[in-house]
Order: sequence, then structure tokens, then C-alpha cells
Amino acid sequence: MTRLITHARLIDPEAGTETLGAVLVRNGVIAEVFDHPDPQIGTDTVPQDARRDAGGKCLAPGIVDIGVKICEPGERHKESYGSAGQAAAAGGVTTIVTRPDTTPAIDTPETLEFVRRRANEAAPVHVLPMAALTKGRDGHEMTEIGFLMDAGAVAFTDCDRVVQNTKVLSRAMTYARALGALVVGHPQEPNLSAGAATTSGKFASLRGLPAVSPMAERMGLDREIALVEMTGARYHADQITTTRALPALARAKRNGFDVTAGVSMHHLTLNEFDVADYRTFFKVKPPLRSEDDRQAVVEAVKTGLIDVIGSFHTPQDEESKRLPFEEAASGAVGLETMLPVLMRLYHSSDLDLPTLFRALSLNPAKRLGLDCGRLAKGAPADLVLFDPDKPVILDRFKLMSKSKNTPFDGARLQGKVLETFVSGTSVYRST
Amino acid sequence: MRFDQRHLLGIEPLRPDEITTLLDLSDQYADRNRKRSPSTDVLAGMTQINMFFENSTRTQASFELAGKRLGADVMNMAMQASSVKKGETLIDTALTLNAMRPDLLVVRHPHAGAVDLLSQKVNCAVLNAGDGKHEHPTQALLDALTIRREKGRLHRLSIAICGDIAHSRVARSNILLLGKMENRVRLIGPPTLMPSGIEEFGVEVFDDMREGLKDVDVVMMLRLQKERMDGGFIPSEREYYHRYGLDSEKLGHAKEDAIVMHPGPMNRGVEIDGTLADDINRSVIQEQVEMGVAVRMATMDLLAQNLRERRTQHPEGVLV
Repeated sequence: MTRLITHARLIDPEAGTETLGAVLVRNGVIAEVFDHPDPQIGTDTVPQDARRDAGGKCLAPGIVDIGVKICEPGERHKESYGSAGQAAAAGGVTTIVTRPDTTPAIDTPETLEFVRRRANEAAPVHVLPMAALTKGRDGHEMTEIGFLMDAGAVAFTDCDRVVQNTKVLSRAMTYARALGALVVGHPQEPNLSAGAATTSGKFASLRGLPAVSPMAERMGLDREIALVEMTGARYHADQITTTRALPALARAKRNGFDVTAGVSMHHLTLNEFDVADYRTFFKVKPPLRSEDDRQAVVEAVKTGLIDVIGSFHTPQDEESKRLPFEEAASGAVGLETMLPVLMRLYHSSDLDLPTLFRALSLNPAKRLGLDCGRLAKGAPADLVLFDPDKPVILDRFKLMSKSKNTPFDGARLQGKVLETFVSGTSVYRST
Repeated sequence: MRFDQRHLLGIEPLRPDEITTLLDLSDQYADRNRKRSPSTDVLAGMTQINMFFENSTRTQASFELAGKRLGADVMNMAMQASSVKKGETLIDTALTLNAMRPDLLVVRHPHAGAVDLLSQKVNCAVLNAGDGKHEHPTQALLDALTIRREKGRLHRLSIAICGDIAHSRVARSNILLLGKMENRVRLIGPPTLMPSGIEEFGVEVFDDMREGLKDVDVVMMLRLQKERMDGGFIPSEREYYHRYGLDSEKLGHAKEDAIVMHPGPMNRGVEIDGTLADDINRSVIQEQVEMGVAVRMATMDLLAQNLRERRTQHPEGVLV
């Protein structure tokens, strides 16, 4: 099975370049990258119907999205592997890395097995599961990290439930180190952030909402970096969203610790004032930050201090969002909206496309030891073809996800996914 | 002078001239309420439902009396004991009530923004009787009316708000209203009871009470809730009274004719000295209660006028 995409603007995050060229795909891998937009290849090698003229649009390695919540098992009415897979394909996400914060939590090899089977049946994109770090995400006893790795877990995390007992966390990280397992933390000081719905400051005070100081993130990160120093574990902070946490991250990297960090699409594009009159679709975890913080984390993505951008796709049904702000559930869907939303940063000249795809595809793949995320000969043909300029008005009811909780409903965006390929096969093509 | 609001959800959306309109009408009702037969029929045929998701005696009674004096049919719903306990969501409760076609809905709720959310789902006029730590607009209006009647004006005054600012919706509404009317607002309290970012509201913040009270025209005390007293936010009741309780010595730093206010219910000997609270030369606490009825009458009168107008324009009764 071969495929040739010609006249494409090739986004190469490894080289940091954009060039006009073409890509030949054979047997699910990139067989050749041409620096000529229309290489002379006979129809005997690639038949006419396996060619696509990209018309100068962008071709980039498919997105690897770390931290996607799919509500199986437990809340399939919110999202299933089928619906999430469709949403991912429509958003140019070719690898979903799922969270274990389901009901029940994915904390045994048996539940992981169930999840993998469901995922492979239903989703058109790659699905790689993360597993819980402690049983039931309760923070008391570590899970069977070895068995879970054998069953295919790519990382271990208790998601937004911070392991409060430092002794438990230090033991889990020590054990994980021996197996080379990646531990994903959620940097927050849990007592300070308990019950908070916003970031403390003028906005929270004006609205009378319970708030957490941005310093809670730095405290959480400081503790976890100290544990990395103590245990030697491989560590990834799921979301760094505040200015105050960045120096601690930079110091850890400078000292040579195996530490990386991510940030959500929402914290890169929205700030606390977007909540406005208690709009619960803007309630995410951690809460949206100040505009200064937003700009600082955009800059950190640019310099590479923050390695990974994720959607932190969190489906919630209407009932759990149509409540007073304090009581409403946190999270937003993002698989399908991430690429067009992040184009805001490209159009504002904050981030160029190779930098964006370094954080969306290359770095997350490298962190998980995957071969994808590159636009190079021999890499898996997980690709996204998109138009970065096409104007769209987002309609949440047209999203593929079962849940429609996006803060970008009605937003005017520029950027549209034209086609998504997983292992060389087209899994989505826009009409 | 106009009043263009559909609901009264807070002080924040009000223009200064709307506040003046409200206070002018309240003044008339206040005078009228002192007459032998204060009742009118401006709300005759209208239904007012009081929905209190949080305990209240004073505010609910004040709203009930205001509605009755205006000739409305008033119904009180004890939301603590109702279907809310059975798991019904706020929106379902709102839709159920809306189907009963009330004209005025008075709502108190423990969560900030809940009254706002409810107002989006009903056809009638909604009055916020306090939502979480957000706003309590009629309290700020009755405070403003009391000040205006006592001081003869509601601008260029120096007003100190003292106590638990962080947890107080009364403080937020007052800061907004007094700021809109161009007064100098000072906030006094221990830093643990001060909300973050409050300096950006155009107020001065003091943690020393004597310094904060210097030469003010009005002293507004706030209630310190029992559950905040022991160790959590302040070390103890007696230390709080020593540093932030209003007594005649501390009041001596304010202007000689400064008035003392309290939204009630008071903790005598915690935030205010009992004798001072009863001093008819300084304390206007009873007047505040009296003005409460007048302000609520005026608010409901104006909202009902707007409601009638909207219904004439949209006879189908659609959500507008």
C-alpha cells in the first residue's frame, strides 16, 4: 500500500523547518521525503488514486496527545473509545495517551487489558494507556507497576489526585525508577488547592469564588522535583501553568534530572477573565490563570522549557456543567479543537509551526519512547494535513465527541484539518 | 433617570444614575412606610416567590413584607426541605417554578453565580438576595439609603468597612456601590480575612483599625461568623475583639459625627460593643432594617414596571 502526497508545506519539528516538498508512504511508514513538491514517480509505483495534491497546505507529524480522558469504563455516555477516536482523527491526533481516572480507575492489568481491547476495536487512531500510580488513585499503596507495564501501560499517574503522602510517593517513584517507568505528576499543593474553582486575585474576589494561589503549583512541583532528585525516577509534570513554577522547572532541567513538563491548550489560549459570568465550560483544572501567566507559558513552550502541549480532553455531560460554578465539573473537550485553537498562537506570531509540532508531536513521542512524531524517512506514517489559514466558526454540536463541553463554542478560529493518516491509512478526510 | 434592568443580580451591572433612581424611589417608600396605612397596590395581581436555599430570617421577612405592602401575592419556599434534598438540580427547580408563572423571584443561594444561572432560565424578574460570597445588592442599597438620609449625600464620603471582608457578599456589593458613587472606601481587617487582589478595586486596605478609622464619616461593621473564629482565620474571639471589635475608644478616631452600621445579626462583644450598638446617637442599625423594606419595595416596583413593559412587547411570553 503506497501513497504520495505532493505540493505540501512540510512541517519538520526535528529540523525546525518548513519546506515545500512531498512525502511517499509505503507499508505504513514514511518511505521517502522529497524536497521537490512534485517528484517524478510513475503511476506504476504509485497509482493515480493513491496520490494527493496538498495544494501548498501543511503536512506535519500527527499529534501525540498525553492525558486524554475517555470515560470507559464507567461513564460511556460521556465518551467512548469510538467517539473519542473519531474526534481525535478529526483533530489530527494520531496517538491518544489515555488517563486512568475512570470509574473504576485503571489500576490493575485486568482493567488495562479491557481498555486496550476496547480501544483497538473502536478507535481509528493509536491508543496507549497510562495506568494509576496508586491503587484506586487513593494515594496509599502503589499499583502493580511491573505487570501494568507488561500489559502496555506507557506511564503512571494518579491524575489530578495528588499523592498526598510523600512517603508513599517516594516509594512508588523509587520502584518505578527500577523499571524505567515514567511517572506523571500533577503539581499542586493539595491542601491549598482543595475546593478551589479559580486562581486567587481580582477576578476571583470580584466573583466571590473559592480560589487557589498560583503558588500552590510551584509548591507541588518543588516537592516532586525533590523526590526526583531523591529517587532518580523519570518524571513528567502534566501541566505547568504559572510563571512562578517555571524557574523550578528550569533549575531541575539544568541539574540534569530526567524531568519534562506539559501544558494544556487552554492555558495557552485563555485566561481567568474568560470565565466572565460564571461560564462553567471555562472551568478547568488547574483553573485558568492570569494573562501574565498565559504569556509566560507560551514563551516557555517557545524556548522548549515546557516540552509538551496536550488537550487534556475531559468530556463532561451537560448536567455536570449546568450547575453553579463551584459545583460544576472541571474539564473541557479538546481532541478536535486543539489544532485550530493553537493556530491562534501561530497567527499572533507567538509560535511558529515547527515549534508547535515539536510540542504536539515530537516531544511527547520521544518522552514515551515512541518512534512517531517525526517527518523523516522510516518514521511511522502518522500524519496530519491541515490548512492553517482556513476560517472556521466552531459549533460545539458538530463535534464528534459525545460530550460538547468546549469553551470555544462560537469562536472564530483559523485552521482546519483536511486529512489525517494513521500508519499510512486515511482515517479522516474533511468534506 | 431610568432603570433599565430586567433583574437585580448585583450592584456590578448598575449605572450610577440607576442607583440614584432606585434610592429616590426608596426614599418615597421609606416616608410612606411611616404613615398609618403604607400599603399600595402597585404589585396587585403579581406573584412573588421567595426561594431561600440558605437560612435567613431578616432578609426573607423584609422581602415578604415589602411584597405584601405592594399588594403582591407572596409565597415562601423553604428550599432546605424541598426537592433540592432529593437531588433536583437548580435548573430543574427553576424550570418547575417558571412553569408556575411567577412575576418576581427572590433567591438566596450558598454558591456564587447561582442566582445568575437561575435567571437565565426563567421569564420573570429575579432578585438576588445573596449568592455565596458574591453579591447582596439590596443590602448595599439599603446601606446607601441609610447613609444618604443620615449624611445628606452619597458622594465624597469616607467610609470604613471592617471585619471579615473575604467571606462577605455585603462587603463586595458595598465596595462596588460606594465606589460607583465616588466615595473613599477603606477596608479594615486581619489579612487572613482580606480577599486577594482587593487593592485593585480602588480601595485602601488597613490592618490597624485605629489608623483605618481615622476621620471616616461612616463605620460599617461586618458579622464574623462563628465557624471562622477558632484558629482558622483568627486566633480567638477575644483577640479579634481586642484588635478589631468596635468600641467607643476606637470609634473616637473617626469623625465626631460618624455613624455606625451593621448588617445584622450582630455578635455583641465580638465585632461590636453592645452599648455602642444601642447608642441612638451613633448607631443607625435599626434604621438600616427599616430602609431595607423601602429599598426592596422600590426595587420590586421598578422591576415589575420593566416586566410589564416587556410583556406588552412580547405577549407570547417567550424568554427574552
